[in-house]
Amino acid sequence: MEQQVATFKIKKGLAQMLKGGVIMDVVTPDHAKIAEDSGAVAVMALERVPADIRADGGVARMSDPELILQIMDAVSIPVMAKCRIGHFVEAQILESLGVDYIDESEVLTPADEANHIYKHDFKIPFVCGCRNLGEALRRVGEGAAMIRTKGEAGTGDVVEAVRHARTVLGEIRRLQNLPEEELMAFAKEIGAPYALVLETRELGRMPVVNFAAGGIATPADAALMMQLGVDGVFVGSGIFKSGDPAKRANAIVKATTHFNNPEILAEVSRNLGEAMVGRQITDIPEAELIASRGW
Amino acid sequence: MNIGILALQGDFLEHFVIMQSIGVVPSLVRLPKELENLDGLIIPGGESTTIGKLAVAYHLIEPLREFGKEHAIWGTCAGAIFLSKDAMRDQPLLNLMDIQVERNAFGRQVDSFEIDLPAPFLERGEEHPFHAVFIRAPIIKSVSGEASVLLTIPDGRIVAAQQGKCLATSFHPELTSDTRFHQYFVELTKS
Repeated sequence: MEQQVATFKIKKGLAQMLKGGVIMDVVTPDHAKIAEDSGAVAVMALERVPADIRADGGVARMSDPELILQIMDAVSIPVMAKCRIGHFVEAQILESLGVDYIDESEVLTPADEANHIYKHDFKIPFVCGCRNLGEALRRVGEGAAMIRTKGEAGTGDVVEAVRHARTVLGEIRRLQNLPEEELMAFAKEIGAPYALVLETRELGRMPVVNFAAGGIATPADAALMMQLGVDGVFVGSGIFKSGDPAKRANAIVKATTHFNNPEILAEVSRNLGEAMVGRQITDIPEAELIASRGW
Repeated sequence: MNIGILALQGDFLEHFVIMQSIGVVPSLVRLPKELENLDGLIIPGGESTTIGKLAVAYHLIEPLREFGKEHAIWGTCAGAIFLSKDAMRDQPLLNLMDIQVERNAFGRQVDSFEIDLPAPFLERGEEHPFHAVFIRAPIIKSVSGEASVLLTIPDGRIVAAQQGKCLATSFHPELTSDTRFHQYFVELTKS
């Protein structure tokens, strides 16, 4: 009766428990409590929400461990924290703090322009961003136990989140309809490990849980992503950059559960106050786009 | 046989798939009216605070308590917490089982684990132990009244309990391909 820890089943399993839920970016223990009280399934502890990272410019790094620990103390739900792409030492530090999930995130400035972290080496599970199925399966190959489509963080514009979710889900549908002799060429075309391509085809979905992120600002945005077929949503700047964060957070949680019920969506969308101001993707210069970070 | 799965949040689809594999087509429950005509209900794993708050917001607490007085309910992990009468902190609970639970009793995610547990009440449960997956799991600190202990881990802590037709497990049978726990619940529903 040997006890096993840190297996891939357990890493993946926590993400399965978050399904149908909302993971919220928080920058203080007070925010974390508001998120928990509003029904968040987990919080992402960070120093600045993506909209502020975008506005401030400069290099964005892992948050101060002190802040992360304070947030871990403040809530009973899982706490996630971000490290830079390829920065395995930041990941080691986050692991030593005992966070529940590490987000190897394009929202921070990448530390390695060729390689991501080898995530199988860690006991803590990782979530990574993707824009398409190939990128998703490369991350799973490196050990990611959860995927989120990237969207474009800190904009409040849902268009990229929709594009990335449609791309991933569309590629899975295409994969299921291919004859067997075309599967290797498909794996080559999307740059994904062949074994994971086969597994995805067999399952008819990604081998790990897939959330949507990047630009979700309203209950309707969250329900839109759920109806497209993702397992849950991350909301970053959309909550604490809005007029009434607690009310909006609560409404987005309800919309994620009742994503198929327009009457409830109408009800929860009423009188939410100002949404975050937002920036249209098409107004942002190419060089400032975050989603293209990741290889 | 109509089995529902509470689908406010969590891994309800994992339960759905296992139920289908043993020939039961369950329905998803998000609103009180969806409890009508059900013989049994599963409350899945997830975040117990989220599930509790959504149950309050959509007026499910009283209907679920009424349902549980006559019908079978099985809670896994967060669902077990929700069924209890005491979770050692202030959060919405159904108060259907005389058990006290402690949330995240083993620690954080890094302390999550898998283990084989002999389960004599399951089919061939003595010679084929049940593979139990614990994720940020609660333990059942104590049982009282009519609740009884079903399973313990080797250090003696309680991880499954039953009270009449109500069943609570700290772990996640829905994350394995072993259908015996789901079959046990279906039988309970018929009793």
